[in-house]
Amino acid sequence: MLAFTLHRAIQAIGVMIAVGIIAFSMFRFAGDPVNQIVSLDTPPAERAAVRQSLGLDDPVIVQFARYVGNAAQFKFGVSYQFRQPVTALLMERMPATLELATCATMLAMVFGILMGVYSALRRDTLLAKAFQAISLIGISLPTFLIGILLIYLFAVVLGWLPSFGRGEVVRIGWWTTGLLTVSGLKALIMPSVTLGLFQMTLIMRLVRAEMLEVLRTDYIRFARARGLTTRAIHFGHALKNTLVPVITVAGLQFGSVIAFAIITETVFQWPGMGLLFVQAVQNVDIPIMAAYLLFVSLIFVTINFVVDILYTVVDPRLRSTISGAA
Amino acid sequence: MTEPVLSVCDLQIEFALRRGTLRAIDGVSFDIAKGEVLGVVGESGAGKSVTGLAVIGLIDPPGRIAGGEIYLSGLRIDHLPPEDLRRIRGKRIGMIFQDPLTSLNPLYRIGDQIVETIRTHTSLSEQAARKRAIDLLAEVGIPAPDKRIDGYPHEFSGGMRQRVVIALAICVEPELIIADEPTTALDVSVQAQIISLIKRLGRDHGTAVMLVTHDMGVIAETSDRVAVMYSGRIVEIGPVQDVIQNPLHPYAKGLMGAIPTLAGEDKRLVQIPGSMPRLSAIPQGCSFNPRCAFAFDRCRIERPEPIRHGTQAVACHLYDAGVEDSAA
Repeated sequence: MLAFTLHRAIQAIGVMIAVGIIAFSMFRFAGDPVNQIVSLDTPPAERAAVRQSLGLDDPVIVQFARYVGNAAQFKFGVSYQFRQPVTALLMERMPATLELATCATMLAMVFGILMGVYSALRRDTLLAKAFQAISLIGISLPTFLIGILLIYLFAVVLGWLPSFGRGEVVRIGWWTTGLLTVSGLKALIMPSVTLGLFQMTLIMRLVRAEMLEVLRTDYIRFARARGLTTRAIHFGHALKNTLVPVITVAGLQFGSVIAFAIITETVFQWPGMGLLFVQAVQNVDIPIMAAYLLFVSLIFVTINFVVDILYTVVDPRLRSTISGAA
Repeated sequence: MTEPVLSVCDLQIEFALRRGTLRAIDGVSFDIAKGEVLGVVGESGAGKSVTGLAVIGLIDPPGRIAGGEIYLSGLRIDHLPPEDLRRIRGKRIGMIFQDPLTSLNPLYRIGDQIVETIRTHTSLSEQAARKRAIDLLAEVGIPAPDKRIDGYPHEFSGGMRQRVVIALAICVEPELIIADEPTTALDVSVQAQIISLIKRLGRDHGTAVMLVTHDMGVIAETSDRVAVMYSGRIVEIGPVQDVIQNPLHPYAKGLMGAIPTLAGEDKRLVQIPGSMPRLSAIPQGCSFNPRCAFAFDRCRIERPEPIRHGTQAVACHLYDAGVEDSAA
């Protein structure tokens, strides 16, 4: 088990170094950073001085090593547009994005699993068919369109919910949260629904398909032959077996939820990292883009790692394969 | 005579498919007494397994019991509401399926699966149920049951898993066990162990056993009586020695003739020409008539009903007294 964990950790570090190379090369190939800093009429001598002070005339490999070294200490340089350290900017925006992503994922998991189980067990009911129809909409409509439709309905026509922003936030240490104020919670509803809808339909369809598959297996038939209650069979035996693939998908989707938050945050002007990234792209603010790239990959790698470990907790067969292989 | 544990009368099972209704079981009747092992033998698709599933109430739509009656120790069970039937399953009727590798839920410890079954049907406490589970595992021949009880199914071999499945089937002392091809998926050496286990359990607990298989060897070793099925009907039923030594129905004769023997004179094994008709195309009259060497006109028109003949009962016009007289 330890060897397995270690093995996966080394793989994760490998992936992060690869992403680091890509992030680093953004600086080198997306124009000369000196031009971004100095003005048009700066004399060449001053440009050279800036270049030297930034270490840009060192060999590439030295620069890369320095970049990785700094990144490992969460130093990503200074944003071109804000003239502030990138780390501070990201940290300031991170709570907003994480709260939104967590909320959206929880929404997707809870409703996705409930709807999936229901539509598998009561396959022929009207409600189950309605879920299937809704899931088709959720899977095929683009996020921004759903966001705009929601804004039109609930903010413009009905006026129940705010159309943009995060509402009032409360500061706890360096973390800012919108979960403790009424306006914060109200502001969270539409973005979470928008962001979570796709994942919800995905999970629902997955749970439904898996559950139908599991219900056909021999061990479910044998459980019925043993006279177990329908409840125990459906929610004990069938659901647990259904959840193995659902954990993977939901876990990996959490990464994409954070990554796709870019669109939702833009639509709702949500002050998170995604919005920061979009602004950075518009202004060619490479330090922010590079740091964001690294941050998102770090999340993906971490989630993959956790999902791998979680697998072994749910499925005993993997435990023995792993200790057998190690 | 005491009341039989299981009594099936004129059972009919239909599958309502889009192309029309297929009759998988047509007028099957048999009894199993306390402590008796009834072997049910026949080709694939003859309706052996479906009959077993019908007894335990696990026929899934589009299949349904279209007629007949099933009694368990005098209680009619084929019309019970699902919840009452569930209480009988596992408690009064245990079932063993063909493939032990897939019969156990891979994510639960075997002990938990046994304890769950015991506690569903009795009011035993968790500890008492666990203790009983260990005893059961010992009884079915699992070594070191107090340790193995916390194992997962994948940690057991096929034969051991089938023992666990048997322990699960008998864990609340059912009156009847339905074993559907319990040895087909196992090695020959393990088969013999499982068979003697089933036989011993039947004897020790006075359990009635319905043993479904296509293996005549298994039947010969285990059963007291045997029912030979062909395309949804019982063509012959009787004490196992009589049916094996002196099969009456032409199909049963063919079936026994097709068993290879070691004491072999160099005879060719007898084959039954042709194959069993599909359910959608069962011929008129006796369903075996197109393959039967002895078929005559009446066989192509009239469906034969079971006729008592010594200790055996056979559904064949050849044994109708009137016919024999006129032939003589």
